[in-house]
Amino acid sequence: MSRLVIEARPERSVWAPIQVSLLAVFLTCLGGSVLFMIYGVSPLKGLDAIFIDPLRTSYGIGEILLKMAPLLLIAQGLAIGFRAQIWNIGAEGQLIVGAIAATALAIQFQGTTSPLLLPAMVLAGMIGGMCWAGIAALLRAQFNANEILVTFMLTSVALQLLYYLIGGPMRDPGGFNFPQSIRFDPAAKFPILIEGTRVNASIFIGLAASAIAVVFVQRSFVSYKMSVGGIAPAAATYAGFSSKKAIWLALLISGGAAGMAGVGEVSGPLGMLQRNISPGYGYAGIIVAVLGGLHPIGIIFASALMALVYVGGDFALLSVGVPNAVTGIFQGMLLTFYLACSFLLTSRIRWIKPDDLKQEAMAD
Amino acid sequence: MADTPLLRLRGVTKAYPAVLANDAVDLDVMPGEIHAVLGENGAGKSTLVKIIYGSVRPDAGTVEWRGQQVDMQSPLKARDLGIGMVFQHFSLFETLTAAENISLAVPGSIAELSERIRAASAQFGLDVEPDSRVQAMTVGERQRIEILRCILQEPKLIIMDEPTSVLPPQGIAKLFETLRRLASEGIGIIFISHKLDEIKALCDTATVMRGGRVVGVVDAKVEDARSLTRLMIGRDIAAPSHAAQRGDGHAVLEAAGLNYTPLDPFAPALKDISLTLRSGQITGIAGVSGNGQDALTRALAGEILQGPQDAGTIALDGVALGADTPDQRREKGLHFVPEERLGRGAVPIHTLSENAGLTTHHAGLVNWGMVKLGKRRALAQETIDAMDVRCGGPDATAQSLSGGNLQKFIVGRELALRPKVLIASQPTWGVDVGAAAAIRQKLIDLRDEGAAILIVSEEIEEIFEICDTIQVMFRGRLSPPVQVQTTSIDDVGLAMAGDFDALALKECAHV
Repeated sequence: MSRLVIEARPERSVWAPIQVSLLAVFLTCLGGSVLFMIYGVSPLKGLDAIFIDPLRTSYGIGEILLKMAPLLLIAQGLAIGFRAQIWNIGAEGQLIVGAIAATALAIQFQGTTSPLLLPAMVLAGMIGGMCWAGIAALLRAQFNANEILVTFMLTSVALQLLYYLIGGPMRDPGGFNFPQSIRFDPAAKFPILIEGTRVNASIFIGLAASAIAVVFVQRSFVSYKMSVGGIAPAAATYAGFSSKKAIWLALLISGGAAGMAGVGEVSGPLGMLQRNISPGYGYAGIIVAVLGGLHPIGIIFASALMALVYVGGDFALLSVGVPNAVTGIFQGMLLTFYLACSFLLTSRIRWIKPDDLKQEAMAD
Repeated sequence: MADTPLLRLRGVTKAYPAVLANDAVDLDVMPGEIHAVLGENGAGKSTLVKIIYGSVRPDAGTVEWRGQQVDMQSPLKARDLGIGMVFQHFSLFETLTAAENISLAVPGSIAELSERIRAASAQFGLDVEPDSRVQAMTVGERQRIEILRCILQEPKLIIMDEPTSVLPPQGIAKLFETLRRLASEGIGIIFISHKLDEIKALCDTATVMRGGRVVGVVDAKVEDARSLTRLMIGRDIAAPSHAAQRGDGHAVLEAAGLNYTPLDPFAPALKDISLTLRSGQITGIAGVSGNGQDALTRALAGEILQGPQDAGTIALDGVALGADTPDQRREKGLHFVPEERLGRGAVPIHTLSENAGLTTHHAGLVNWGMVKLGKRRALAQETIDAMDVRCGGPDATAQSLSGGNLQKFIVGRELALRPKVLIASQPTWGVDVGAAAAIRQKLIDLRDEGAAILIVSEEIEEIFEICDTIQVMFRGRLSPPVQVQTTSIDDVGLAMAGDFDALALKECAHV
């Protein structure tokens, strides 16, 4: 009798992560179709609005690149920790603290035209994010406090810190008591790349981070040590790789990346520090990292897809009239379907007939 | 003996992606028969017993139980029919105690079971503390729980997958006694082992497997070890050659006053251990597992006791190792082969190339923080060639290799850097005869080059075969060293039960 079997893959497959990601996208489209039908919208029209419409105009593409920049940067940072099984889910908080640190410089050097201000702000943002993630690293390395909980809860703390600062010390004195900072000077902002869009040079930070991540992951000894620690802690102990170093590195890298993403927001489309500086980029970055198979190249595509869903959600709100909660639902479906299919990373499904068995084994 | 076999397999076939694990296998086990299944690793023994136990379903072939054809859908079905199994790879929950683990398979309250466990422990010489957690136990202790769990289920057929490797000689004799008594009550036993003398001593019939096929069904009492070996691996294997002691025997590694108290109160401690490893000598540490061997090897390798040196001192070539990490110790020439291969000695989902770099990176594999991928791959290939590792090449994942082949790879990797000191824990545990002989020969070759070697083994024959001096571990203490020539298996067996004087007296007599 022939039957369907699920069996372990004998070798690691390069294509498996890509197949799983595409399958997750396909299933999301199916799920999305059901959702659109419930709203009385033709599924084709709905999917078109989300996935195709934004690509038709340069404005749409600009918006996608704009949203891709922070997602890419955050996800590349997070993936480095995730591969070592160190789960920083507080990138949102690190983004906020990074934005605050950069804003402090922008306020301090108000009126300057120095070209050094922006790089200094990026550096400050990175250090801010690192410090925030460093708290979790310290607690985990010294007291074995769960970094998932600590990073997550520190996000709430970061939000309160933000609200306090923009309501007081960092509030624009001439801003009619609105809870926001001064508008940044041109020297404190990323230059616009394409006329008529909002996309700015911060995308280059994300792309540079991706290039570094490719080399880091595929070649560096540090990354190798971290992955051993993540997959087989006993092997890392046996080899003598320090788990504390891995914790510090993972959290500092991901925190620094998230902090720089925060600078990209306040020095980019926002131009100031305000209450809503991120539409959940820190959390969406987790999805991007996982959807990209924790691989630097995969993450580039995943961040573009996730940015597309963000922008497409807005487009769908206008063109077919579905609530923009659709964005969150699509993101959630992508992650859920990816995780549901992820057993295919290490297993494969095969339809076998008994006659095939012997021949195949002989051939092997 | 009844005429209907207890268990009859006909034409059982099972294919895996890369290998035909069982090819038209026939097997008959009569009630009251002790039936050996013999074969190298990868010969298909484990797959066969998993099919009998219902945890793997065959692609073709039939299984008959007491004359009735049955569909062995699951281990539950097998257990209902009265088939018990002691697995080679343990199926225990680490966070539960021994009694709790057994209670998952055997009805009764924990208190009742604890009593039964203690009684059975005493009866069969299987030392198990019902209230201690599996987490803190060594391989040997875990296997003893598996055996007890099986016996307490009162099965009609017991499958034992390499059960003796963790028992002291006296314990093996006791286990055999028990198995014979069980057999005389009409219980069939399938006994899987690679120890030919045991099979000859215990079993009635032996089914020999090679490459997934049955290559012979023989009378175990009639065949000798040589003919069985030839049948099993298709050729003769050379016994390891053991030259007379080489080198000046100067102390290479000296440990003094090692004390270690683990956090887990049930885990074995180290009590005032002193040990000297000499150039050109192999020192064997005998003992029932769980007497502190694991902590000792970890302490020497640098995984524990890195801290303040009131815990004792370890010096390599007269220089204290102090707080050196395992990595730093390796750089100074102290290498270690751990007993767990997958997950400790090698990363399961990493390729052999990547695993080659686990412990050898200071041999010029890393430049400016970047791994030299080509050089690492070449090192993996060299190791594969030098150790005759059967695998799909440097890109095969560690988990795709059989236990014996992976062990050859790990040993080869540690040997590649020509260690001054090599510590090997259970170097041939669960490894087939051919691979075990190859590994032992490599260890002896290393000794002949002047290295100091420490082998921790529960196979007392192995220690007698390749070691120059023997020390015994019991409850965290280490006996004084004795020369192999001046002692006997019986004396070592007594020392393994705590009577160090049995060794010491002999030593005095020869001084």
